[in-house]
Amino acid sequence: MPRLAASTGCDGRRNALRRIGWGSAVLAGSLAGCGRSKSGPEGPLDFWAMGREAEVVVDLLAAFRARHPTVQVRVQQLPFSAAHEKLLTAFAGDALPDLCQLGNTWLPEFSALGALEPLDERMAAAGIPRGDYFAGILDTNVMPAAGGGGHLLGVPWYVDTRLLFYRTDLLRAAGHARPPQTWSEWHAAMQDIRRRGGARSYGALLPLNEPDPLFALSLQEGSVLAEDDTRGAFSQPPFRRALDFYAGIFRDGLAPRMTNTQVSNVWDEFARGLFTFYVSGPWNIGEFRRRLPAERQGDWATAPLPGPDGPGVSTAGGSSLVIFKSSRRKEAAWRLISFLSEPETMQRFHALTGDLPPRRSAWRAPALANDPPSQAFAQQLERVRAAPKIPEWERIFQEMQLTAERVVQGQQSSEAACRQLDTWVDALLEKRRWLRSRQA
Amino acid sequence: MTKRGAAAWILAGPALLVIAVFFALPVVAGLALSLTDFDLYALADLSTLRFVGLHNYAHLLHTPLFWQALGNTLYFVVVGVPVSIGLSLGAALLLHSRFARWQSFFRTSLFAPVVTTAVAVAVIWRYLLHTRYGLVNQGLEAIGLAPVDWLGDPHWSMPAIIAFAAWKNFGYNMIILLAALQAVPRELYEAARMDGAGALRRFTDVTMPMLVPTFVLVGILTVSGYFQLFAEPYVMTQGGPLRSTFSMLYLMYEEGFRWWNLGNASAVAFLLFLVIFCVSWVMLRFDRDAPGRR
Repeated sequence: MPRLAASTGCDGRRNALRRIGWGSAVLAGSLAGCGRSKSGPEGPLDFWAMGREAEVVVDLLAAFRARHPTVQVRVQQLPFSAAHEKLLTAFAGDALPDLCQLGNTWLPEFSALGALEPLDERMAAAGIPRGDYFAGILDTNVMPAAGGGGHLLGVPWYVDTRLLFYRTDLLRAAGHARPPQTWSEWHAAMQDIRRRGGARSYGALLPLNEPDPLFALSLQEGSVLAEDDTRGAFSQPPFRRALDFYAGIFRDGLAPRMTNTQVSNVWDEFARGLFTFYVSGPWNIGEFRRRLPAERQGDWATAPLPGPDGPGVSTAGGSSLVIFKSSRRKEAAWRLISFLSEPETMQRFHALTGDLPPRRSAWRAPALANDPPSQAFAQQLERVRAAPKIPEWERIFQEMQLTAERVVQGQQSSEAACRQLDTWVDALLEKRRWLRSRQA
Repeated sequence: MTKRGAAAWILAGPALLVIAVFFALPVVAGLALSLTDFDLYALADLSTLRFVGLHNYAHLLHTPLFWQALGNTLYFVVVGVPVSIGLSLGAALLLHSRFARWQSFFRTSLFAPVVTTAVAVAVIWRYLLHTRYGLVNQGLEAIGLAPVDWLGDPHWSMPAIIAFAAWKNFGYNMIILLAALQAVPRELYEAARMDGAGALRRFTDVTMPMLVPTFVLVGILTVSGYFQLFAEPYVMTQGGPLRSTFSMLYLMYEEGFRWWNLGNASAVAFLLFLVIFCVSWVMLRFDRDAPGRR
């Protein structure tokens, strides 16, 4: 599919601002730093990072400075909750940094804006082997290009996917020696756990306001969008099968109908045995070690996500490092990215944050290779699939979960809910269809 | 006459120019924007901007989230404004009382929340309202009540936001009401006392009628301010839990700056303007029909 307006750079945007007097937006843009004078090609690199990663990356930079004494780096920490707005406003106000940490679900948006520098050639010139990256993760950074093929617009920095955290003792007591690998095994295991444990013991906790578990299940079945990502396919069999399995878990009383704000403390409840399975991400390895009581530490493990028939795929999340087209210090920015992409740097980064590295060679570190909970992630990362690469995806993702919540709560039949969701998605993607017909 | 007219225009000119550039122009531009589908694609390439007429408005009126945001905002206004003005009146009466000592000290300290930053104060309120360690819940426990998850329970989040907003804002109206109280002629009270009116009667039949015009002013200011609820939920709850504190302005912010649908966001702004306009108009009518004005 031709990438929309990928060639329009800053000039188009400035014209847009000049031609349209859009009061408050311009005001907000200027507050976010329009007035900041950009330093020249020799000035310090501006690097925006988020949350905990931003704190930790400063420690890694000492080694970078030793190697490249001429390159100064200014790290600015953005809170995750405000980062997206801040980046979009910075784009509108022409105040983007040189490089940035970008959640890989945000890449399509900034790619549609034409704000990201293609990195294929730099990657090849630096001799970083693409094959060393988990394929599904690298794929989230490849955006379709106008003439077919694709451009690499970001370099994976750390990865995130969802799989099973579970109580080994409760599963064994229910008569299952190994974690489930298929949906039917999983369902049966949860039923046995419930039968054995009684009313205060559920098979799984799937918080109703978390879209990731359902989305991972639907990725296993196929696509949720059709016609070149311009229409919803939620009422088609692939998503319907995933939703039926998901809603069935609640219907059979195997998971509580709760949002994660209603579970006061997930780790306490897990230790108490309220549920056996929990679908979550890598950060919880550290949290489980920190928060579960010592006597429970031997009773939990991780396992790849079960699929319809055999181990299934899961979501391909994480953060990438990107260079903005507007940067005047791309060479220096790339040097920092390639430093942060070295397996040794990634291993140090993992030691500091617990973030999982995207390169297989970085996984040879003993801290990862000899760590059973992490190893399940290594297996899962070989089976991850990218979400639809369209700017509207985040919104569809949220709406999908609201729809599923209505089905689980019994407010709507799954058929009616899915049809309603498709109508909503079709309306949202109307502009994409129009753009496509215009380009055809 | 023409000479005087010219002089008037010259004198008023700078002010009119400023109003035109910084008020009229943005409003007209915002109205124009609300008739287009300005979005991410248009930000990248302006040639993809389309004129869509009233489609944004029609779309909003069919969006459940819009009605939820409107409902939450009305809840906040309908409960928050009387609570806030009631607090202001109570504080003003206390300060105006003959027995009040340290008047200027209390006036300043009660006014202080108005001039503090909402964001900074919200942080402190989050501590106060914390489920396990918060002072509010410790107080509840001390008198034998169960703790409340103020910001995590969808039923309690809005009352918590209202309490915060009322505390933050009552000082402003208190000053205005205090001035109005001090302007009530003493003779009226004396005459009422002569006629045998007790303290309560003097309050309901002298003080309150004399305050009606001020109440209308304070009411309109507060209502239009409270309709623009944003900073409190943004800092305290991010619109949650379960969107129970999601306001109209929050919807506008999300549409505009999270999803970058500036067309939709401008339409929200104009719908909110219409709502505030209608409510203020009704309140002004109320003022005109009030007994004190006849």
